[in-house]
Amino acid sequence: MIALKTYLILFILFALSVPYTQANTWYVGKNERFKSLASAIQQAQAGDRILVKPGIYHEHNLIIDKALTIQGIGLPILDGEGKYEVLSIKASQVTIQGFHIRNSGISSLKDLAGIKVYDSQYVQIINNLITHSFFGVYIQYGKHCTIKNNRIIAYGKEEQQSGNGIHCWNSSNLQIQNNVITGHRDGIYFEFVTHSIIKNNRSFRNLRYGLHFMFSNNDTYISNVFTNNGAGVAVMFSNHVNMFYNTFHQNWGDASYGILLKEISDGIIQGNRFEKNTTGIYLEGVSRVKMNRNTFSNNGWGLKIQASCQDMTIHHNNFMNNTFDVSTNGTLVLNNFDGNYWDKYDGYDLNRDHIGDIPFRPVSLFSIILEKNPTTLIMFRSFISALMDKTEKLIPSLTPEQLKDQFPLIKPVKL
Amino acid sequence: MNKIYKHVIADIIRNRIVIFYTLILLLASLSVFSLEDTSSKGLLSMLNIILMIVPLVCLIFSTIYMYNSSEFIELLLSQPLKRNTIWWSLFIGLITSLGLAFFVGAGLVILIFEPSFLGLMLDICGLLLTFIFTAIALLAAVLTKDKAKGIGLSIILWLFYAIIFDGIVLFMLFQWADYPIEKFMIVISMLNPIDLARILILMQMDVSALMGYTGAIFKDFFGTTGGILISFGTLMLWVIIPFACSLRYFKKKDL
Repeated sequence: MIALKTYLILFILFALSVPYTQANTWYVGKNERFKSLASAIQQAQAGDRILVKPGIYHEHNLIIDKALTIQGIGLPILDGEGKYEVLSIKASQVTIQGFHIRNSGISSLKDLAGIKVYDSQYVQIINNLITHSFFGVYIQYGKHCTIKNNRIIAYGKEEQQSGNGIHCWNSSNLQIQNNVITGHRDGIYFEFVTHSIIKNNRSFRNLRYGLHFMFSNNDTYISNVFTNNGAGVAVMFSNHVNMFYNTFHQNWGDASYGILLKEISDGIIQGNRFEKNTTGIYLEGVSRVKMNRNTFSNNGWGLKIQASCQDMTIHHNNFMNNTFDVSTNGTLVLNNFDGNYWDKYDGYDLNRDHIGDIPFRPVSLFSIILEKNPTTLIMFRSFISALMDKTEKLIPSLTPEQLKDQFPLIKPVKL
Repeated sequence: MNKIYKHVIADIIRNRIVIFYTLILLLASLSVFSLEDTSSKGLLSMLNIILMIVPLVCLIFSTIYMYNSSEFIELLLSQPLKRNTIWWSLFIGLITSLGLAFFVGAGLVILIFEPSFLGLMLDICGLLLTFIFTAIALLAAVLTKDKAKGIGLSIILWLFYAIIFDGIVLFMLFQWADYPIEKFMIVISMLNPIDLARILILMQMDVSALMGYTGAIFKDFFGTTGGILISFGTLMLWVIIPFACSLRYFKKKDL
């Protein structure tokens, strides 16, 4: 019995020691045994570590098909020469760290990328600089992958000639953190991606969207900054998407929105800041989304909420210095706007409970007129438009009667 | 010329109505900026003051002043003085004192609370509107001999530029909603100095909303340096043309 136990313990110890005894570290560099990364990958076993010394490596298309940790020392350059996909990861538990990856090929047919992950799990892409690539990081069928601390920079001029910064397709449980993405078509693109977190990224001056969601459910994005993108952020055809503490800034243009929400349900939008956008949030076909404690300031339109939205609760948000706080396209209102702070509110609070005693109607007549006839913008802030707005406030005829805040706050919500 | 000019300025500055106007502007601008939480709401109120009150006061006051000093003008004409000189010094005296009243009452307060391009724009537009409506008042005063008619004319002119013109424009916008009339609207807006001033300020105030499609067309014109220069040129023409007309008429007028 004792002998059996000893054998068992020995066996377990042996079994545990196998990966450790065989884990090797290989060096790649001008004066090392391996001159090229490809030969080192060929030689290495799963679980090994490859360290790459500084230099420029023209490796064509590197395929990583073993669980390797590949680490650059002093930002070695992997150059795709404008023809190849630089790194193709086809194994799980691969770590790519500390490389400068540049000049991937451009192909709409193959979607060439700086780093592309095929059908793998637990891949980590950390601390890389990716420049002049078609797609920056591309993940398809990935699970539990981490993309962290990367800088992804492109200088795209046209949408057709430019891919997405971080493109994720049919994946789940991804973590995308602390990346900086600029100059791509979409900064971050999600399609059929679930249970993922996008956190602390900065996405700016991309050609189309800073972040683009399609058919991606149960995702959360937190504390990201989206600035100056061609069309802001778009979240479409998804449910249970949560957005916390993001900043949407200076997304300017006619079809440009802080966030474009289309066919979304059951999400939470909380603590976000929308500043200086042409439109803060544009909502179409949105249902059961809770919007709390967001700040809309200096936007052209705070919210453009279409009549197709329902069961939205919009509470405790601050609307300040917007040209128009809310505009809508119909008279049907199925959403609740109670308890927000509106700087345009001019009611009174006699019982001093910090809640205004008369309801506030955030939709002005002029915004309705503008929706129908955009050229009237030239008459904005004229005496006659102010007169019309005041008359409409007293006798609502064109603005939706139901769209009102029953309990407008007297002081801004402290955030 | 210098002497008459000095006399006119001294006369107007001592005038109780101008002092009252300055104080009211000062009171309004100070309270507007200190009562609101954000300066942008204050700016909006100031915009309304500049677009409505300033033209009204300048028109009415200047017209009445011209009628009240008709005896003084006749006295001056009996002296060996050119009519040109008399009219010029009256005009410059009026715009200096009214401009000063605006600047002290509103301009300085705006610059203190909003030291930006927007604040500067408000000040410049306020001053230009002061000049424009003084010139228009002079024209109204010289055109009619009867005091009541003259004041009536200036009130009608104010109503037209401040309200009726906008109503007509709005009506046109709805009638021709199906046509691309954005560029035409830019031309139309040049025909009303109050509208032109409002649009120039709007370009600075509601920049985010103006980045939309239609707004972009206006922005492409009024937001560029060339557009701003053309707009200011037009506003200057609005000073020069009414004054030149009144000057021509005054020279020929049989008093």
